[in-house]
Amino acid sequence: MLLAKVVGTVVATRKDARLEGKKLLIVSPLTPEEVESGQKAKSKANYLVAVDTVDAGYRETVIIVQGSSARMASTCKDIPVDTAIVGIVDTVTLK
Amino acid sequence: MFLARIVGNVVSTVKDPPLVGKKILVVQPIDKHGRDQGGKILALDSVGAGAGETVYCCRGREASFPWYPDEVPTETAVVGIVDVINPAVDG
Repeated sequence: MLLAKVVGTVVATRKDARLEGKKLLIVSPLTPEEVESGQKAKSKANYLVAVDTVDAGYRETVIIVQGSSARMASTCKDIPVDTAIVGIVDTVTLK
Repeated sequence: MFLARIVGNVVSTVKDPPLVGKKILVVQPIDKHGRDQGGKILALDSVGAGAGETVYCCRGREASFPWYPDEVPTETAVVGIVDVINPAVDG
């Protein structure tokens, strides 16, 4: 699992039938330090398209799951997904 | 599986229902000498581990098996707390 920030949306009309009705968001992975301190991501180049399962919105910090585990998210069973948003982050504490 | 040290935790109220009640930890992967290796990642706790502890984690689809037959969306899980590491002397 990784921390990421929602930086945009994707609209797709022609897509796999099982993806219909799923919200696609562009997310940019962040390090825990960047989330805790509220600073911006250093690398701007790294983007992923993720299916949203928790109604996340623009600029929110979220938890993403990658790989086949993404299909275990509650609304992603047996659909072609390899990145899913599974939580909205309130706080990150580093000790 | 890999060794890691727990360095923090994440609080999330809105999350996928299978994740409710489970602890999300920030872990720093380490090598056998305890040195940091790579970036920090998030892992779901299955053993009640806490801050500062050395643990071992499981990656991939198998990371959700501690909660089997529930299907929990995580690709990294803390599956054991390490008591002691005995690195090979030549390594």
